[in-house]
Amino acid sequence: MNAAKLMRDGLWDNNVVFAQLLAMCPTMAVTTSGTNGLGMGLATTAVLIVSNILVASIRHAVSAQVRIPVFVVLIATLVTLVDLVLNAWLHELYKVLGLFIALIVVNCAILGRAEAFAVRNTVAASAIDGLAMGLGFTFALTVIGLIREILGSATVFAQASALLGSHFAFLEMKIGAWNGALLMILPPGGFAVLGFMLAGKRAWELKRRQTAQATESHCSVPGPASA
Amino acid sequence: MTSYIFIIIGAVLVNNVVFVRILGLCPFMGVSKKLETAIGMGAATTFVLTLACGTSYLIDHYLLEPFDLAFMRTLAFIVVIAAIVQLTELVIQKTSPVLHQVLGIYLPLITTNCAVLGIPLLNVGLRHDLLESLLFGFGSSIGFTMALILFAGIRERLDGADVPVPFRGTAIAMVTAGFMSLAFMGFAGLDRFH
Repeated sequence: MNAAKLMRDGLWDNNVVFAQLLAMCPTMAVTTSGTNGLGMGLATTAVLIVSNILVASIRHAVSAQVRIPVFVVLIATLVTLVDLVLNAWLHELYKVLGLFIALIVVNCAILGRAEAFAVRNTVAASAIDGLAMGLGFTFALTVIGLIREILGSATVFAQASALLGSHFAFLEMKIGAWNGALLMILPPGGFAVLGFMLAGKRAWELKRRQTAQATESHCSVPGPASA
Repeated sequence: MTSYIFIIIGAVLVNNVVFVRILGLCPFMGVSKKLETAIGMGAATTFVLTLACGTSYLIDHYLLEPFDLAFMRTLAFIVVIAAIVQLTELVIQKTSPVLHQVLGIYLPLITTNCAVLGIPLLNVGLRHDLLESLLFGFGSSIGFTMALILFAGIRERLDGADVPVPFRGTAIAMVTAGFMSLAFMGFAGLDRFH
């Protein structure tokens, strides 16, 4: 398990949203703007890294039968901490994300990584995996948020300075005089954007496989035509 | 009396869990491929969610608030919900084998449904009393079941449709859900009921 492979896995090959299709609720619900997506992604990343580290470090002490309740309580504690921290220092963001911060507990990606990775790997590897998966999730949320924001309100990272702190003011931008189609910010827009992005990713992969096959077939016996 | 009816209609239609509140999407996407599984999952969720709303109200009102432990809410609720799911499974297994056959495989999956944690937390936020909490939970889960059954019906049709290759599977399901969500936005006109 080398770090580069873990990073690549988390960011693209095994991306929580685009490849594993987990954590759909926060993906749809908070991506009404790039800023919200970024904030939610970073909050989830923090929980994911610490939960992976803790799970990996107690993995020999917890027996297989009780591990799920133990992990759930652990994650719930971490989420409570994040909830308190955001409420204290990033109160504007806390108000926007609202219920969905508490719902990081039931984000299947976190328990999923604990189960699939952290119980079988060292603390260091689990920390890198948590970071990679978290950044992959943040990347997906920010991209979806930006697309919806550009189409829906014609801004880029609106209110970044208010929500994330004044250092982020440079991100804010307004595009043209158009006001955007409100529908893209409402739930239907979220479903549609994710649907089209998944189809786009699939089309790209199909095309890559076709070109790979085309170059391969020059030096191999042609097989039966694939559908 | 009318306020109770408003709570139910609001939870089922105006603020539908799946299409407007965007909660419980994992089971919504995961078990909506067949109508039968959709009905089973809907029934199991209705049972657990209503029970979870009542129990979490009691915990919050008689345990967390008097001792000023509101910050423990998320932790307390998730533990209670996990316990309820386990308990329901045990009780159903002992008392009603038929029901266990219908709901059995769906019960463990419910713990991953964020609506089951989200609705009790919303109940606290909306300051519902016990009866209102129960009705809100019941209405929300009926809304969830309805969304799941409608969507399963459409997906069974989609299987036979000639969908462009890149859209097959989850992508077309997402776009379809978008259209259904658009239709549910229409109920926002009934905004007395939220």
